[in-house]
Amino acid sequence: MCGIAGLIHRGNTSNVGFELQGMLQALKHRGEDSTGYALYGKTDGQNFIMRFKVGENVAEGSSSVKEDVSVYDERKKIVDSYLSELGAKVIKEDRILPYSLRYEIQYDKDLMEFSQKIESVVGVEILSMGKSLEVIKDLGNAEVVCNRYNLDKVVGTHAIGHARMATESGVDIKSAHPFWGYPFSDVSVVHNGQLTNYWNNRRVLENKGMRFMSECDSELIAVYLAEKMRNGATLEEGMKESLVGLDGVFTYFVATKDSLGMAKDTMAAKPLVLYESDDLVAMGSEEIAIRSILPQEIETYDPFDGEVKVWQI
Amino acid sequence: MANLKTSEKKSKAQSMGLHTEVLTGKTQQKFFNPDEAENFYYFGTYDVDFNKRTEIDVKNMDCREANKKIDELMKDGYGTIVIKNPQGKHSLGVGILNKLNLIFEGSLGYFGCGSMDGPIVRINGRVGWSCAENMMAGKVVIEKNAGSCFGAAIRGGDLICKGSVGARTGIDQKGGTIIIGGDAGAFTGFMMQRGRIIILGDVGINLGDSMYDGTIFVGGKIGSFGSDAVEAELTDSDQDWLKRKLKVAEIGENFDVSKMTKVVAGKKLWNYDALEPTEKKGAI
Repeated sequence: MCGIAGLIHRGNTSNVGFELQGMLQALKHRGEDSTGYALYGKTDGQNFIMRFKVGENVAEGSSSVKEDVSVYDERKKIVDSYLSELGAKVIKEDRILPYSLRYEIQYDKDLMEFSQKIESVVGVEILSMGKSLEVIKDLGNAEVVCNRYNLDKVVGTHAIGHARMATESGVDIKSAHPFWGYPFSDVSVVHNGQLTNYWNNRRVLENKGMRFMSECDSELIAVYLAEKMRNGATLEEGMKESLVGLDGVFTYFVATKDSLGMAKDTMAAKPLVLYESDDLVAMGSEEIAIRSILPQEIETYDPFDGEVKVWQI
Repeated sequence: MANLKTSEKKSKAQSMGLHTEVLTGKTQQKFFNPDEAENFYYFGTYDVDFNKRTEIDVKNMDCREANKKIDELMKDGYGTIVIKNPQGKHSLGVGILNKLNLIFEGSLGYFGCGSMDGPIVRINGRVGWSCAENMMAGKVVIEKNAGSCFGAAIRGGDLICKGSVGARTGIDQKGGTIIIGGDAGAFTGFMMQRGRIIILGDVGINLGDSMYDGTIFVGGKIGSFGSDAVEAELTDSDQDWLKRKLKVAEIGENFDVSKMTKVVAGKKLWNYDALEPTEKKGAI
């Protein structure tokens, strides 16, 4: 059991970091092994923001092997040299935690080549790459992660997030959601459910050159959609195809720089409650998540089986 | 399972040949002396006065505190209780085994009004998954929409949603009536065993999948029939019952019930009547 939440302000911006924190914290009983945020902030859209990790959080409960911080420093140095080789110019650099970094980068070439180069460094993973997307994920519940990364002040248009109870893979950052839709900038996915044809799909997609960073079945959704879009499908078309291509039970959200979508499997086995108005869409695994930002009486509903919806900012 | 043995002294029913065994064993153990009936206490029941009304605000309470408060108010004789600010909290109004008018001014989360036996509940909002699960008797009216597994395994009573409901409505239903004013999702009536479901709107795929028994009436379009669910003739008696039920439920009073589709179990997968001899039913 995991919890997912998402919201999109249409025609406006808001304190989405704070709002999503409240929604995910309301769902913490669905899992607090790790929590992840995909925040679409208000930026000038000029530079890429790359969130990446050079190691794992090895705190209590983690399934990762403990490493010395000096290893992280070494990895960071290699990443910096590779960025230089790729022609990427680092405008701003923040080392938020010993293993977690945020770079603002000027780069205008192929993102797949870029990602492959950076992630060839052992232990390094790009969590997100985008001009408004930032993926922040770590061990602990929503409040813990929010405080650790100072997310409650982030202003933006939309966001999706995930409170995870680890069932299919380890308690670590690489298995935490959201997943970046590699190699597309500004695409992220969160998922609640289990996919039963993960390995079959993974083998097919890897043969097509797509990359997997974890053994978490949910990562398949991000890669599946990315591959569809790479072949010319729109986001909504890819999502509709996923209802047939992905087997199992699932409700997932996907976000791009200007849209937010949801899909529910044909058995409607995983919960989703949805609130829609002209200026705000909020949704979550339970109504209580929506109530954390909308305490007044509102009209909500459960989308039906096989439903796909996409909203624009 | 209880042991069966022949009774020495025959009752009238036994003399008529209706049954010839008496049950012994743990399930037949007497837990109180009928001569001391005045001391017998059925847990969770109180004498309440419907005219005695109160309100509680549960905004800052968790579900245990709120449910305990409802119990305390019933104990004090309150027969009408209004719950303010439920705000989607889970498991509110569960396990009430009493006469009671319970009104929720807002929406409930999961398992609202579960395992209850007797109250009349009105929810002026929406409910999440598994509303009224295992309800034995009473009436629950939801003014807005409901989530999945609505009325799962209910044994009796009336469960009414004026809006639309999610998937697997009436899953494992064993009795009672579920009435939906809007649409219903996939697998409605999944493995239902007894009771009736009325849907005025459309219904999703696999309607009545693997149902053992019971009846489903659909006013709108049907996505698809589930395994062993078949259409049956809508009789005059069915129509009379539907009209009465919709009127009592204050929903779809003017609905043209003659155009509804009646769905029952084909009994190719399961057939209770063939599987269970009469004496076994008695033991259960």
